[in-house]
Amino acid sequence: MENAALEVRELTVSYGDGRPALERASLSLPRGEILGVVGPNGGGKSTLLKGILGIAPVSSGKVFVAGNKVDRRSRRLIGYVPQREEVDWKFPVSAFDVVMMGRVPSMKLFRRPSSEDKKAVWKALADVGMADFADKQIGEFSGGQQQRIFLGRALAQGAEVLLLDEPVSGVDAPSQREVFGLLNDLREAGKTVVVTTHDLSSVAERFGLALILNRRVVAVGRPEDVFTAEILNEAYDSSLMILNVGGRTIAVEDVNHHPTEHRA
Amino acid sequence: MLEFIAEPLSFGFMQRGLLASCLVAIICGTLGCFVVLKGLAFIGDALAHASFGGVALAFVLGANIYLGAFIFALGTALGIGALSQGGRVRADTAIGVLFAGTFAFGILIISRVEAYTVDLFGYLFGDVLSITRSDLITITVSGVLVLVVVAAFYRQFIFAAFDPAVAAASGLPTRFLEYLLLGLLGATIVTSLQAIGIVLVVALLVTPSATAYLLTNRFHTMIFASMGIGCLSALLGIYLSYYLDVASGAAIILTATAFFFITLVLTGRRKKLSEVHWE
Repeated sequence: MENAALEVRELTVSYGDGRPALERASLSLPRGEILGVVGPNGGGKSTLLKGILGIAPVSSGKVFVAGNKVDRRSRRLIGYVPQREEVDWKFPVSAFDVVMMGRVPSMKLFRRPSSEDKKAVWKALADVGMADFADKQIGEFSGGQQQRIFLGRALAQGAEVLLLDEPVSGVDAPSQREVFGLLNDLREAGKTVVVTTHDLSSVAERFGLALILNRRVVAVGRPEDVFTAEILNEAYDSSLMILNVGGRTIAVEDVNHHPTEHRA
Repeated sequence: MLEFIAEPLSFGFMQRGLLASCLVAIICGTLGCFVVLKGLAFIGDALAHASFGGVALAFVLGANIYLGAFIFALGTALGIGALSQGGRVRADTAIGVLFAGTFAFGILIISRVEAYTVDLFGYLFGDVLSITRSDLITITVSGVLVLVVVAAFYRQFIFAAFDPAVAAASGLPTRFLEYLLLGLLGATIVTSLQAIGIVLVVALLVTPSATAYLLTNRFHTMIFASMGIGCLSALLGIYLSYYLDVASGAAIILTATAFFFITLVLTGRRKKLSEVHWE
């Protein structure tokens, strides 16, 4: 059997003395799949991604990419797009500069980018549809375009697995469609994608797999199988209301539990 | 007019002062871009003040002043990292505690050896016109060293400054880069002490780079603009200091400050004009 593109075994992350932010989370993703990670705020969605990347304090557990344990070198196979608020959008770099950063970990000291590096950057920019705007400063783009540029950086890095933290929060509806459309193209091209999101309906409509996280993995599987009233109520405690309207089941999140969504 | 420019150049101390302050402006302009973009101004000021303890101690012991200052600056940088690492003390608290402590140590020492205080005050407020040939050599050597290290790690520094989480995730040694940057900052400050002085050196790090930031949106142009504005401020400042008989460090910094505010007003107006055109 082919190795899973991404395998996480019993990953535990704890930031302080208290209860771990993530407890013994396991998942296995075949190549070319797209997984939506949902769950209440503080449920460890971002922590799961940071734990996989090794930039959160992992206290136990293992991560494998294409069957190999992740070390500093093979980490390049995992591309990461952080939350929007973690980025300084006024930083004086162009779209081209940002995508070129994907090549920096494999560059030697003192070296200028080789023609191979430049080719990889232009190809990544073309793959995400941003080649025409390479020279513009990163803050001049729309939210959806910024996500595309960051995905371009992950591609230029040579990533096979893409981890995106809340790529559509604070982004308008057309940009959301743009980002999800691009993720689907990348999936079809053989990339494996993990996306954290608050948007359950997008996961239900567009993603092949869903994982519900509340410090532990509550459920993982096809969205139609795991998005049941019972499982969602368990995962979200009282912060999610499951309504039955005209024969359709609708999940409504209580926004007061999500201070990040108060931003205008 | 020509005489106005040429006359001061006939003096050796003016030649050395102009050369030294330009070198210092170039190094500060480079490091300053990282200081401005990463919000390191407070820590830069702290390292400068902390180095005074080293200056005073080395002075009394008859050791190399630059070395003493560098050891104190570096020790303070590492100390700030160590104190704030465990999360028991916030980084800005650690900075406040350490820089005041090491600065007070310097004051304590010079208060015991009154005969030397005049010389030591030169380090506090800077006296670019008293720079000796050997000072100039020290400044040149350490300046070239700083620039070579920045050139070696240039792209890694930018990546780690722009997006530390992703830089770490893709395998860059971000913690090492952070300490290296602090080390370079320490070296830059120490190199600038004689020309600008401990109290004002942070301004030469921040002000020309902040002006350059207003003028450009690409990192490498920001570095060159920052170097240029720094050099121009240094040259104009020294001429001002020569003709008006005022302290050189202060004259350089005030010139840089004037450039900053002029740029702020001009770029603000340009933005407004372009908005009008759009409507």
